[in-house]
Amino acid sequence: MKEIVRSAMALLIILACMPAQATVKILATTSDWGALATELGGDKVSVYVATTALQDVHRVDAKPSLVARARTADLIFATGAELEIGWLPVLVQESGNPRVQPGSPGYFEAAAQLNLLEVPTRFDRSLGDIHPQGNPHLQLDPHNIAVVAKALTARLAMLDAGNAAYYQQRGKDFDARWTQAMARWETRAAPLKDMPVVVMHRDQVYLCHWLGLREVAAIEPKPGVPPSAGYLGQLVSTLTASPPRLILLNAYNDAKAANWLSERIHVPVVTLPFSVGGTPEAKDLFGLFDDTINRLRTVIQ
Amino acid sequence: MAKILPVAALMALAGAAPLAFADAADDVAALRAELQNLKNDYATRVGTLEARIGQLESAPAPMAVTVAQQPSPAGDLRSAASAFNPAISLILAGNYTDVSQDPETWRVAGFMPSGGEVGPGARSFNLGESELTLSANVDPYFSAAMTAAITGEDEIGIEEAYFRTTSLPSGFTVKGGRFFSGIGYLNEVHAHAWDFADQPLVYQAFFGNQLAQDGVQLKWLAPTDLFVEFGAETGNGQAFPGTRRNRNGFNGAALFAHVGGDLGDTASWRAGASWLELNAEDRSFEDVDEFDEPVTNSFTGKSRTWGIDAILKWAPTGNSAYQQLKVQAEYLSRQETGELTFDAEGLGLSDAYRSEQSGWYIQSVFQFRPRWRIGVRYDSLDSGSPQIALVDDGTLPPEAFPLLLAADPDRISVMFDWSPSEFSRLRAQYAWDDARADGQTDRQLRLQYLYGIGAHGAHKY
Repeated sequence: MKEIVRSAMALLIILACMPAQATVKILATTSDWGALATELGGDKVSVYVATTALQDVHRVDAKPSLVARARTADLIFATGAELEIGWLPVLVQESGNPRVQPGSPGYFEAAAQLNLLEVPTRFDRSLGDIHPQGNPHLQLDPHNIAVVAKALTARLAMLDAGNAAYYQQRGKDFDARWTQAMARWETRAAPLKDMPVVVMHRDQVYLCHWLGLREVAAIEPKPGVPPSAGYLGQLVSTLTASPPRLILLNAYNDAKAANWLSERIHVPVVTLPFSVGGTPEAKDLFGLFDDTINRLRTVIQ
Repeated sequence: MAKILPVAALMALAGAAPLAFADAADDVAALRAELQNLKNDYATRVGTLEARIGQLESAPAPMAVTVAQQPSPAGDLRSAASAFNPAISLILAGNYTDVSQDPETWRVAGFMPSGGEVGPGARSFNLGESELTLSANVDPYFSAAMTAAITGEDEIGIEEAYFRTTSLPSGFTVKGGRFFSGIGYLNEVHAHAWDFADQPLVYQAFFGNQLAQDGVQLKWLAPTDLFVEFGAETGNGQAFPGTRRNRNGFNGAALFAHVGGDLGDTASWRAGASWLELNAEDRSFEDVDEFDEPVTNSFTGKSRTWGIDAILKWAPTGNSAYQQLKVQAEYLSRQETGELTFDAEGLGLSDAYRSEQSGWYIQSVFQFRPRWRIGVRYDSLDSGSPQIALVDDGTLPPEAFPLLLAADPDRISVMFDWSPSEFSRLRAQYAWDDARADGQTDRQLRLQYLYGIGAHGAHKY
């Protein structure tokens, strides 16, 4: 028994004193932030992504695997604006990791770097699952990504001061490629401007805002509230009168309601990747927007 | 126990040591940190501003979006004092109960009653427990939370009220105050988050629903990709199966370990083992004697419990928004040794007592479409045959302790619930309850509502 106690003590001490890894360990809440962290951090960071593009980031369990990753993380890279409120606070709390507590340098929220759209003026849950700080699905406007990238570069340079020049170099490089790509996307998407579209949930707001798509209706009457038969019926009659060009769906959404509506009003459903990995083509952030624009352009070709 | 204590003590020391040294180095470190924070803040802001200028130059003017882009008005209106108010959430619960047997006579056959709000509850409409939770960070070192349960009988109880460290290094967390013990899986889950309207029989019989005591807990999370967590607790032992004793020091201890991980993108799991030792002093319970006269008996001695638990969650593509399957099971075993006193307020006959009892449940809940779930649970208990010296030596007949006669209660429950949103849930539950000694099945129908208002809570796994 004595031996067991002694070896248990030894194990505890060894584990407690394990040296910090050479790379900056990043726990990213979504595949988009994982991809951005990899773009900017290169081989100086190791990235773990908490969710896949096929999961609804509102609805994630505070899984043991994620608590374990939060324990060893040097940086938590989250969307913020309460998108991850159902699970991220638990991860941070259970992690026993003072480096990633909100307010610490190791806790980074994309939403905190931006002015969000749709900041509610009324805080009332009868309006659905609204986010008090604004709509958190901000990754679908590449200009937002450019802002977040700059702030993340600064944060990485601060957390890992020894490699600050490396991060700044990569940040500059990414910014140049991103600016160029944005110009390309905007040119290719120019014909889509003012196109009337129907969305699923209010999570394509930033995409519509960026490209000037006109959002004429949402299949969810209020955020997080599934449509009733009556509401869908009403949608059919209003949309038959003035039909949209597209019904936008995200890869993680259930296609049933959108397909049902599509058949009634004879408007095609276009499934967008929404996040890196949402479609086979959306392999990284560049692929995400290339593919999004390609898929949108199918209606004008 | 003696072998395990040193490890627990070492863990406690390792956790507390940095606190002791903190004061000396604190001032310098704090200043440095503040300076660094300022610098960083500056760097971030300049970066953000630059980016925003870039954005304004290159972005197309906003067109389609009608919703105004404006800062939150709350920021301007809130006074500085109320800005620090803790997060407040209130859970309202209630039920309609229809049972075929008199709920007043419900007992788990073969087990000493655990006290607590166990059993099917009263008939007809009942206001359940209203749970009021306040929580916030205290300072850079601690957070605190309190949950008060206000019962339908107008009593207020403190379910939990604890502080928790947020800045200990190396994966340590210390919690102190009153809190649900970390043993088992369901023990830490608040009533509003249960998948059924009540706890499994084994939790009702072994802990009077949930074990909470006033004390301290130390947890350590291993820095590994596999989730590995160890915890140790001690306290005043006031909760069943322990009792408060008029003594200094601790009453017993609890130890637990959890491991968990993922199976691909679609499934996740957690498994655990727990051990609990508590001392009971004059732990009394009501029974009847061999002439059917009410009598108060009591137990004094040691109660040791160990258990294992496991849970698996699965969802297609790991997306629980549409469908999710949960399967969980727990087994608990308890050994009690000490003295049993018959008619503590009258005859006061005392002699040796020893029991070995166990119980388990398995349950599965399936969310078959968004907002709709069905579930089934099977409960089983084995009381064993306690060794009662008063009976063995012929002082009293076995019928003098009708509640302690060997029994193996069980129950089947089915559940169906609908959650219009994350903040509301309506549930129907039907159970065939064979917990009673008379072998009469109690058919229990429970219709329940649960509403949450206020802060958006985050639930543990």
